[in-house]
Amino acid sequence: MAGPLEQFEIHPYIPIEIGGVDLSFSNSAAWMALATVTATAFLTLGARRRALVPGRMQLMAEMAYEFVANMIRDNVGDAGRRYFPYIFTLFMFILFGNLLGLIPGSFTYTSHIIVTAALAVTVIVAVTGIGFAKHGMHFFSFFVPKGVPAPMLLMMVPIEIISYLSRPVSLSIRLFANMMAGHTMIKVFAGFVVPLGAATLGLGGLAPIAMNVALTGFELLVAFLQAYVFTVLTCLYLNDALNLH
Amino acid sequence: MPQFDSTTFPSQLFWLAIILVLFFIAMRSNALPKIGGALEARRQKIDDDLDRAAGYREEAEAAMAAYEKALAEAAEEAHAIQREAAETIAAKAAERRSAVAARLADDTKAAEARIAAAKMPAIASLEDVAADVVQQAAAKLAGVKVSETDAKAAVKSVLKETG
Repeated sequence: MAGPLEQFEIHPYIPIEIGGVDLSFSNSAAWMALATVTATAFLTLGARRRALVPGRMQLMAEMAYEFVANMIRDNVGDAGRRYFPYIFTLFMFILFGNLLGLIPGSFTYTSHIIVTAALAVTVIVAVTGIGFAKHGMHFFSFFVPKGVPAPMLLMMVPIEIISYLSRPVSLSIRLFANMMAGHTMIKVFAGFVVPLGAATLGLGGLAPIAMNVALTGFELLVAFLQAYVFTVLTCLYLNDALNLH
Repeated sequence: MPQFDSTTFPSQLFWLAIILVLFFIAMRSNALPKIGGALEARRQKIDDDLDRAAGYREEAEAAMAAYEKALAEAAEEAHAIQREAAETIAAKAAERRSAVAARLADDTKAAEARIAAAKMPAIASLEDVAADVVQQAAAKLAGVKVSETDAKAAVKSVLKETG
């Protein structure tokens, strides 16, 4: 019996080592590739015919497109339109990673803190860079809340800075923890099926199976929701950088 | 936990970077323009159709206005023709009436003249007859011989007295 955490292990498929650093093409990389290929196929096949009245595939591709486009319009406004391809890529990458990870036996790259941290740090660095590019040194006024008396600022400014710096931490841990916890739960309940079944002539095994059916449905929701949350927070951070609330 | 095995970090970051960049290129250069193009084309088509529909409606309204104008003009023209005809008829009737009246007046005058012309000789011959009667009556009754001129003068004076 595999343990609940065994599903998160990295197995190199093609061992590569450059300068003493292990850069093997592992199951993680393979599922990243599979997810992006699937997403690209889903979107390009859907948009292939460009029909005036869309079919099912085209409608789904267009829904994904408009979902992210509306998210940017609502949270950032017109200024965010030029960042649409980046945010859309991010959303699709996380969504398909989460969804494909629900296939039994697959690997969920979004359940690895190093992947989510890399995504979150990239977002924060990019957003901060955009803020500086747009506002220059004025960007620091973001850390000085308006209408606060001067003595209070001594306390407020450090809090604002800590809050800003903790954004990538919360962003990456939220996604990582959600994915890992969900998959671990499913695995734990799956582990009950055989022992319980063996003790009760097979009938007891039905309870954890039913639980797993419900959990899988719930995890589908979480997979979408976490991709949405990650993306919408990216939009909010981008809005902060562009508009310095 | 396998997630905290830092020996896997470089390979995951390495492949994450490569795959994410490739995915981004595929999205930006291929998938997104296609989907966005289809959405834009649809929006364009709907807008065009709405514009065309609005154009047709304007045309229909213009045609309706032209029709109503033509109708009003025709009605006015008909009124004008009717009025003109009525005026012409009235004028002709008045002309005829005055012509008839003039002719009647002429006829009356001519008849009066004829009557007057007929009256004079009748009166004159009446005087002669009266004078003759006076002469003969005077001769037969009184045995007085009255000359013709005296008889005529007497008749004339009597006629004058009686009018």
